Amino acid sequence: MSGAPKDVPQPDSFAFTPEYMALAEKFIAKYPNGRQASAVMPLLDLAQRQNDGWLPRVAMDYVADMLGMPPIRVYEVATFYTMYNLKPVGKNHVQVCTNLPCWLRGSDDIVKSCKRVLGIGLGETTEDGMFTLTEVECLGACVNAPMMQINDDYYEDLDSTSAESLLTELKLGESPRTGSQIGRRSCEPIGGLTSLASLRPADSGTGGE
Amino acid sequence: MLQDQDRIFTNIYGFHDPGLAGARSRGDWDGTRDLIAKGRDWIIEEMKNSGLRGRGGAGFGTGLKWSFMPKESDGRPHYLVVNADEGEPGTCKDREIMRHDPHKLVEGCLIAGFAMGAHAAYIYVRGEFYRETEALQRAIDEAYEAKLLGVDACSSGWTMDVYVHRGMGAYICGEETALIESLEGKKGQPRLKPPFPANAGLYGCPTTVNNVESIAVAPTILRRGAEWFANLGKPNNTGTKLFNISGHVEHPCTVEEEMSIPLKTLIEKHAGGVRGGWDNLLAIIPGGASVPVLPKSICDTVLMDFDSLREVRSGLGTAAVMVMDKSTDIVAAIARLSAFYKHESCGQCTPCREGTGWMSRVMSRMVTGDATVEEIDILEQVTRQVEGHTICALGDAAAWPIQGLIRHFRGEIEDRIKRKSGGGARAA
Repeated sequence: MSGAPKDVPQPDSFAFTPEYMALAEKFIAKYPNGRQASAVMPLLDLAQRQNDGWLPRVAMDYVADMLGMPPIRVYEVATFYTMYNLKPVGKNHVQVCTNLPCWLRGSDDIVKSCKRVLGIGLGETTEDGMFTLTEVECLGACVNAPMMQINDDYYEDLDSTSAESLLTELKLGESPRTGSQIGRRSCEPIGGLTSLASLRPADSGTGGE
Repeated sequence: MLQDQDRIFTNIYGFHDPGLAGARSRGDWDGTRDLIAKGRDWIIEEMKNSGLRGRGGAGFGTGLKWSFMPKESDGRPHYLVVNADEGEPGTCKDREIMRHDPHKLVEGCLIAGFAMGAHAAYIYVRGEFYRETEALQRAIDEAYEAKLLGVDACSSGWTMDVYVHRGMGAYICGEETALIESLEGKKGQPRLKPPFPANAGLYGCPTTVNNVESIAVAPTILRRGAEWFANLGKPNNTGTKLFNISGHVEHPCTVEEEMSIPLKTLIEKHAGGVRGGWDNLLAIIPGGASVPVLPKSICDTVLMDFDSLREVRSGLGTAAVMVMDKSTDIVAAIARLSAFYKHESCGQCTPCREGTGWMSRVMSRMVTGDATVEEIDILEQVTRQVEGHTICALGDAAAWPIQGLIRHFRGEIEDRIKRKSGGGARAA
């Protein structure tokens, strides 16, 4: 939980584009009549996505107005949940998990690699606005540890080499492959299947290297 | 040992089509209408007889939980809420269900919703699972298109709507009343109970909150029969379970196994064994960050189920097995979890808000040995003052890992303190 930073230059206005407005209306329709406040979280997320990944005060006010909520209730939500960024973030928001399962498999090295390649520390943004580096709590991909999330995608089964190369690719404007970096399909054991082998189609992947 | 024909999640690794056609070929949505036609009481009775205990960590009987919903509506709608806010460190099973076997969950929502008189289900997915949310939404869209959801869902005569709601990064929303608050558009701070959600939950209406895995296994249990499920595992610990094996093993993985499988067998058969061999094992946290750590001597023989792990003063929790070999700094490992609970405390109850910060600070000093031996007892005492004195179980969850550490590795903490204070190794 963190409060809103005081020293962030705020834009003067915010409004959903027609495209985002259509999405917002779809979200509001999921909840019963009179319960539109339930849509505050998805609408703040939409506002953040429209606004280059961060949530300015005017966007919170705009959402409050749209949902008929007192602004303070919206600020409470925006400051309670860690995925709302209350100050600008880089185009690539690199979030490295350092919780126990990742730590046991070398997340300290991954953090070091990120710092080295990006030239910034935890909680910092590169000068060109391309990268923000954040340490996060468990992202729920523990059997694919260590891992990190960049924007909406997970990058798993990392080591220093693969972490550095995928960040380098991003720096060059390329799109590194998401998911496992060692060729696993998902969460199967890499040494060969120990279950479900009898149901496996002949043309599927190797399930590991 | 569990055979493939007794596995429920036959696409957990995603080798097959997760879409409706693929799901149907694996038996999902087969005879759903007939199951519903057997009626609410039959479904709940069958779930009770299966012995299924909630897969989110607490292990409360799923059928019994469903039976708490009012039989007749008093005018208020009923709600099914599915807890997909998977965030317990070590746990990554619901993720695989949502992205690889989502139709099991969607079909489960229809059947469970019908059984509790709910026409709407909200699936609350942790915000970081963006791709998983997309996969789940695709399955829901397919189900609507095939008229398996909506008005007269599956030609059952029952109207069922299923909605996905994304969280935005708050571990506490995995607690059912915090999740409900969050779903209502508020900060995720747990509610005092009673009233329990079955009486006053979402929007003040009767609500049941179930874990993804609990709902996703329900259709298969009903199709194959309560007896089939109940015959797997041990009495009071029945069925199959998804296990996540992480940490210092050769092949970390997720696997569906029979309940009550020996921990050692689970690791050696599916995860390639402990790195460096079983004798290189130091300790295991068997059920997610909240449950106490176990030393190797207990891991040698313990069974993976609710009752067996409770007997050794730990717990099955979410069945997230975190393995630590002898290279692990066990004090630092537990201190990392203490930092996590400090970060995730919602700040509502004083013992948790202040206690998690205090415990985390002291744990950091224990890592470096900058403490006194007496402080170990003070730390233990403080965990007891947090445990059981808060609205929700986060306070307990913060206390238990430290208690486990002191119970089994007190010598390690003392050694460090004595080394630091120049006393050399611990006297015998």
